[in-house]
Amino acid sequence: MNNARGTVFKYNDNVDTDVIIPARYLNTPDAKELAKHCMEDIDPEFVNNANPGDIIVAGWNFGCGSSREHAPLAIKTVGISAVIAKSFARIFYRNAINIGLPILECEAAAEAIENGDEVEVNFDEGTITNLTKGETYQAEPFPAFIQEIIAAGGLLPSLRRNA
Amino acid sequence: MPMTMTQKILAAHAGQDEVRPGQLIMAELDGVLGNDITTPVAIREFEKAGFDNVADADRINIVLDHFVPNKDIKAAQQSAACRKFAKTHDIPNFFDVGKMGIEHALLPEQGIVTAGDCIIGADSHTCTYGALGAFSTGVGSTDMAAGMATGKAWFKVPEAIKVELTGELPPYVTGKDVILTLIGQIGVDGALYRSLEFTGPGVKSLSMDDRLCICNMAIEAGAKNGIFPVDEVTEAYLEGRSRRPWTKYEADPDAEYIQSITMDLSQLEPVTAWPHLPENVHSAAEAPIEVDQVVIGSCTNGRMEDMEAAWEILKGRQVKDGVRVIVIPATMQIYKECLKKGIIEDLIDAGCVVSTPTCGPCLGGYMGILAEEERCISTTNRNFVGRMGHVTSEVYLASPYTAAASAITGVITDPRTLMQTETPVETEKEAAA
Repeated sequence: MNNARGTVFKYNDNVDTDVIIPARYLNTPDAKELAKHCMEDIDPEFVNNANPGDIIVAGWNFGCGSSREHAPLAIKTVGISAVIAKSFARIFYRNAINIGLPILECEAAAEAIENGDEVEVNFDEGTITNLTKGETYQAEPFPAFIQEIIAAGGLLPSLRRNA
Repeated sequence: MPMTMTQKILAAHAGQDEVRPGQLIMAELDGVLGNDITTPVAIREFEKAGFDNVADADRINIVLDHFVPNKDIKAAQQSAACRKFAKTHDIPNFFDVGKMGIEHALLPEQGIVTAGDCIIGADSHTCTYGALGAFSTGVGSTDMAAGMATGKAWFKVPEAIKVELTGELPPYVTGKDVILTLIGQIGVDGALYRSLEFTGPGVKSLSMDDRLCICNMAIEAGAKNGIFPVDEVTEAYLEGRSRRPWTKYEADPDAEYIQSITMDLSQLEPVTAWPHLPENVHSAAEAPIEVDQVVIGSCTNGRMEDMEAAWEILKGRQVKDGVRVIVIPATMQIYKECLKKGIIEDLIDAGCVVSTPTCGPCLGGYMGILAEEERCISTTNRNFVGRMGHVTSEVYLASPYTAAASAITGVITDPRTLMQTETPVETEKEAAA
């Protein structure tokens, strides 16, 4: 997997899928359309300020609520290169892996990193480097089974490969 | 190794004698579910990956419920995509307007899901079917596509929290108060990645509608699934309804739980979850907060007992001036039963509107969107920021009793207080008889 590097958008605990992509926009499966409204109800300026490669950092239980895959899809389509959180809600975690949005659980990183910090992520090693603060944090690497899904480019390609 | 109820169902569906927490397994699915929002994404992924056929059309369930009858052109396109896919792949359990209901009320009602099943659904409230003694969990659209294509899904075997129920619920206290109280105790991530296994002598006093409501909101504590043991209540519900033979799984007596919680049902009271998290639980009697709207329905509380609870409170009374009350029976069968019993007439006389089944307002789709700074007491399951409309609007979660009582007074009200102090008047129907 490639490394990620970008500016951090920092959020608190329990960022739910309703604020990541409000249901009023769920009348289309079109990723580009969804991305226009990403984080709208928590941070209306997010889509204007985020650049491809930028990173979301959040607290506990990121992505709680609905099972809508539109949420990780919108984040991915905005160009976010990684989401780092203290923990993820389980359906969001699953969906992110299944669609190939890189995510990392790391309490230390989520605690220390601040909004606007420049951060680099090495996915193979699970290391997160805060270039602004000159700190490095270690995330749990994915289990092999999940690494295979990510390497294949998502769940469905991995199923095709193993069929 | 002793196993929990969930672990036993997963082991059986993975073709293994035993499974351990943390183990990754591939399990056979008895059912795959999607709705009009999540299925179109699943269809795209299914087709993009180059799959031509579904593994077993009989195990796929597609229910149009979120935005139907279609709320706008884009929603209509999504329904049309589902309809076309169901036709192409000869999916018998495709539920369109006229036959549809809110998915998690419809599938148990129709006997499509049953005890011992292993089910995934591209809707987070798929955990509802744990009430029947099934393993059932919410997933995303890609998982739905994979489930349709292969008939299987991968799972990480969960650890479990045991919730030991004792006593019996007092009058006007319901399954909704049980689950909200529990979420208030453990928090919105208190059961993250885990099973919530309900057990104990208090289980037998809970109706199936109460159990469905409790399991429905397991996800609001972050749980992978909620599950009840199969007992006489379950068997009475499944008898003559379940389309397939069912299997009763029981947790081993020495199964390991990561946490145990005891809850005395007789000590519970009507509660409400204040904005903006379901864990923000307060007594319904705590503060007479003014409301603009009341919603009674959803996959959490749109079942027959919920309609009857609302009826008991609203019949012969009048909704407070300035309050809008939207009642949504969850399926056509429930709708019909409400008609037969005269419930709909009494609700209309009280000043409510009654809609055909839809998820509509629960997720801020349509049929009851809130304006700036408006407040709603709702029997739905989420009170996140902007959930039911404008980003400054507020949702308070409650039982149908509490929501209906609040509709009468215009402020959040403990239903027991209302029933003690106010007597209903004779309805038009009674006067005519």
